[in-house]
Amino acid sequence: MDLGLIMELLANLSLGFSIALTTTTLMLAVIGCILGTMIGALPGLGPTNGVAILIPISFTLGLDATQALVLMTSVYYGAMYGGRISSILLNIPGDEPAVMTTLDGYPMAKNGKAGDALVLSGFASFVGAFLATIGLMLLAPMLAQVAFMFGPAEYFALYLLAFCTLGGLGSNNQAKAAISVCLGLGIAMIGVDSSTGLTRFTGGNLHLFDGIDFLVAIVGLFAITEIFVFIESHGKETAIGVKLEKITIPIKEIVYTRWTVLRGSCVGFVAGLLPGAGASIGSFLAYMSEKAIVKDNSSFGKGDPRGVAAPEAGNNAAAGGALIPMLTLGIPGSGTTAVLLALLMTLNITPGPLLFTERPEVVWGLIATLLIANVMLLILNVPLVKFFTKILQVPASILLPGVTMISFVGIYSLTGSHFDLLLMIGFGVLGYFLRKFDIPSVPVILGILLGGHMEVSLRRAMVLSDGDWTYLLSSPISIGLWVAAILGFVAPIFLKSILKKPTPTQ
Amino acid sequence: MSDRLIGIIIALMALAFFASATQLEAPFFSDPVGPKLFPYFISIIAFLASFRMIFMPDEKPTWPVLSTFANLGIAIMVLVFYAYSLRPLGFLVPTALCASILSYQIRPKYMTSLITGISLSIGLFIIFKFFLGLGLFAFPRWIWG
Repeated sequence: MDLGLIMELLANLSLGFSIALTTTTLMLAVIGCILGTMIGALPGLGPTNGVAILIPISFTLGLDATQALVLMTSVYYGAMYGGRISSILLNIPGDEPAVMTTLDGYPMAKNGKAGDALVLSGFASFVGAFLATIGLMLLAPMLAQVAFMFGPAEYFALYLLAFCTLGGLGSNNQAKAAISVCLGLGIAMIGVDSSTGLTRFTGGNLHLFDGIDFLVAIVGLFAITEIFVFIESHGKETAIGVKLEKITIPIKEIVYTRWTVLRGSCVGFVAGLLPGAGASIGSFLAYMSEKAIVKDNSSFGKGDPRGVAAPEAGNNAAAGGALIPMLTLGIPGSGTTAVLLALLMTLNITPGPLLFTERPEVVWGLIATLLIANVMLLILNVPLVKFFTKILQVPASILLPGVTMISFVGIYSLTGSHFDLLLMIGFGVLGYFLRKFDIPSVPVILGILLGGHMEVSLRRAMVLSDGDWTYLLSSPISIGLWVAAILGFVAPIFLKSILKKPTPTQ
Repeated sequence: MSDRLIGIIIALMALAFFASATQLEAPFFSDPVGPKLFPYFISIIAFLASFRMIFMPDEKPTWPVLSTFANLGIAIMVLVFYAYSLRPLGFLVPTALCASILSYQIRPKYMTSLITGISLSIGLFIIFKFFLGLGLFAFPRWIWG
């Protein structure tokens, strides 16, 4: 890298820190980190639904774009840290990416090393998130440059890639993932067609002319669904597990797992970059690759510290990596980044290469905040971890009604319409059935978010080429994206035996 | 069997979506693609994917017993009631009522649920009204006039 680029980077960073170090922004970051860790730790609330229910609230606070983004990404990073706490202490993942941490974290805690597991995983999370934020800083501006070369045909292929990898990797059954995508895309078609002014699929209902607000769908699918699931299970899953005694810093284990953490971070970061993959895949691949690389893997699954460090480094690195396609291309890498994209769109910020040149304060303020938030999170999650373990004792019978009421007030204060509340309940019921049938719900959200853009890019491409379909495959970039999309959807079918997820030991 | 049934429903929905798209009348000055084609694609893909569910169904999901279904039905009704009552009845009473019922449905203990509902209602009201500055009304407006 030459000197000019380094100077530019430093100038951008100082711009970012000048925004991040104001009192309001710092306060928001602290609040976001604490809320995020709590949300991540609580079973039944993960990064996706946590961020989803907070978005309407952050609007009513009247925050500007940078502040809202700082608050929400702090929550997002915080939730990635917090997820491990209940994985280790209760053998219940606090959120989906933390599933892999239960494999060795809980056995380690049962062997009386709960404190060590928490500190070690907190440290691994820090390294993963820190390296990923550095990666974001270096890669995102470069990718933004590449993104300038993208025309409508390339964007269409890119959206296709996102749906294909999400469907291929994120589900056990590709047909169900495809149905889920189609459901989202179909919902996105409701309302006035922007190119012709024609109303489509509204059934004459005036409320639907503006289309379905994606926040209503997100809160319904992720927060309201949860209450139905918990009513069915009667909150049985919230049993108290291992007791936490004293917290010390296990220096020996940290040194022992240093390469594991680095490897896990790299694997996670790359997984995060893939559109549609995200943190769950990041932690999964980090764990599996670590298990494959080390010479003696017989202690994996029985409380091996490497099995705690690898997935935590991986999921936090993936969380940072997933921000790159979201910011530069407007393609979210995971459920939570999809929700963050919804936040950006509602704030009237269009992610993409222009964001870096037109709104540098948003991008660099965000990056600087992530660096600061990460240090805060290390402090919150290592010395103060005991406080967060207390939160696990909040029973589901208090938490879930609370979450539901917050969702209602949030959506109502945002849209002020009963119809949207009913729609939200409808999406909650839909989410319950989707979960019953093992149909993933994240593609629905991605479909609703990106459906309109995908159709517009297809139609623009056809206008440019005067209806010539070969135009979609006329540039090397779009051919590459089409190949990647097809591979991303088809390859997991053949790799099923390798990619099979291990189940936690009971 | 569950998968097959839902697969058939999805196939029918895809057909309905397709049929609905054919009814759209594109304006005279339209782009080469028009407003119909993308919806066609969506319904065709969903229709094809539903075949996999119909002919290669996954294992049957574990359905809850009938009484749980009744509970879920009650929960939905409570939420719909809440959606309609939030404005006319003020925040405190509907919230306390709904939160209590939902709490009871998760953990059936009368007193605990009632206390949970009332404390959630008051606690959330204080947070929303005084910390977040939302324009909520504690009680129905006709009480205050």
